[in-house]
Amino acid sequence: MKKTKDMLSPDGTRPVKQEFPKRNHISEYPTGPGFTAGHLAEINAGWRVFKPIIDIEKCIGCYKCYMVCPDGVIFKTGEKAVAVDYDYCKGCGVCAHECPVKAITMIKDERD
Amino acid sequence: MKLDNSKKLFVSGDEAIALGVRLARPHVISAYPITPQTIVVERLSEMVEDKSLDADFMHVESEHSALSAAMGVSAVGARAFTATSSQGLLYMAEVLSYCSGGRYPVVMMNANRALALPWSIFGDQSDSLLLLGSGWIQCYVEDAQEALDMIIQAYKIAEHPQVLTPFMVNLDGFILTHTYELVDIPDQSEVDEFLPPFSTPNQMSLENPMNLGFSSTPADNLEFKYQQHQAMLNSLSVIEDIDAEFGDKFGRYYGGVLETYQTDDAEHIMITVGTITGTTRVVVDKLRDAGKKVGLIKLRYLRPMPEQALIEAVGDAMSIGVIDKDISFGHEGTIFTNVNSALSKSNQTPKKHNFICGMGGRNISKNDIIEMFQLLEDSVKGKDIPAVNFINLNTSIQEKE
Repeated sequence: MKKTKDMLSPDGTRPVKQEFPKRNHISEYPTGPGFTAGHLAEINAGWRVFKPIIDIEKCIGCYKCYMVCPDGVIFKTGEKAVAVDYDYCKGCGVCAHECPVKAITMIKDERD
Repeated sequence: MKLDNSKKLFVSGDEAIALGVRLARPHVISAYPITPQTIVVERLSEMVEDKSLDADFMHVESEHSALSAAMGVSAVGARAFTATSSQGLLYMAEVLSYCSGGRYPVVMMNANRALALPWSIFGDQSDSLLLLGSGWIQCYVEDAQEALDMIIQAYKIAEHPQVLTPFMVNLDGFILTHTYELVDIPDQSEVDEFLPPFSTPNQMSLENPMNLGFSSTPADNLEFKYQQHQAMLNSLSVIEDIDAEFGDKFGRYYGGVLETYQTDDAEHIMITVGTITGTTRVVVDKLRDAGKKVGLIKLRYLRPMPEQALIEAVGDAMSIGVIDKDISFGHEGTIFTNVNSALSKSNQTPKKHNFICGMGGRNISKNDIIEMFQLLEDSVKGKDIPAVNFINLNTSIQEKE
């Protein structure tokens, strides 16, 4: 099994979805649902209508959005800034509502 | 009452469970009291208090929390015990499938008690039989000695690497939980030799962090369920092996998945679960003295369902009766359904009859069981006997003129 630290993005900020290759025998499955995190997760953002856009110039690095995000998809990018993992963002807008300096705006997601 | 470490003690079924649990050295007991299980958790809390049991006792606010906590204990690789009964077991029901699906080998004592309504504190087996599909091994014991011994065996079976499945030890409410008998108490050192410390591949740890108890998409869900089913089937042989090993060490063998009594040449066989076995054994002796070829199969496990052993034990008997202290309304007794399904996989075609009785704590007398054997004999002789019979109803159910 891989260690969690070996499953991060190159800059070390985000976990990367791991492939769980098809098992050829039932004995290769874990005993019950217990396995190194990052496996068996699917990219999940399909129901989003609006998405948050962060204005880094306005951001004061208070990390309130990071704290309130119900899906843990807002992450730190250095000393005083945050970014959104759009693969898992559901577009709920809690971050935009809570931002004290209105640095986050919700815009219509233009995906197909 | 203080339960000391004497070789023999005169104790109730509940107290025998507490003594067995102490010998199994659980790390945590999380339980909520409910009649007729209460004495189990009272004794265990006293043992923790007087330090004769080195465990944490978690005072939870409900049965749902009791099993949730026990599952968490098991997930860090520690040994957990809980106990409940009736509505408490049903309140736990949501967590039962979490615990079995997560492969957390928690051991639970259940005091079999009627389900509301009508509300009743007295015994029958409706509670655990409702949850046969919950993924737990279900064992039913006949007396206090077997109750104590099965707690020790339960941990060893549940924690076996090929099994890793939670285990429910069922005792008939009041008939067993509150009656007293002389019980042999095994030596702690011998129990320690028999029951090694718990280890699991499925453990929460800082060295090897894992995501535990996750959801799965349809792409993988069936495989986990298949594994769970296979583990339960594996337990059939593990149960036999561990019962033999227990017998070699402590001198008491229980026959593994089932026990037969006078079945070799029996024409009519009664199938029993739990304490009613004792009464039926006496009736078999009595009828044998009168020249009747009758026998008894004590089904000790209902999950895994010991189909092959049951088929062999029934042999070429002409009829079988199944005593059910429950009714699946609109169908039949649940044990009957399970026995019928097992026998349908063989070429045997005995007459099969279900006797619904003893519900809500009503006594099942020797005469009731004699009546059941008579119905089996009548059926073989060609009389039209219904498949499902209520025994000892205290009023007429004939249609009024």
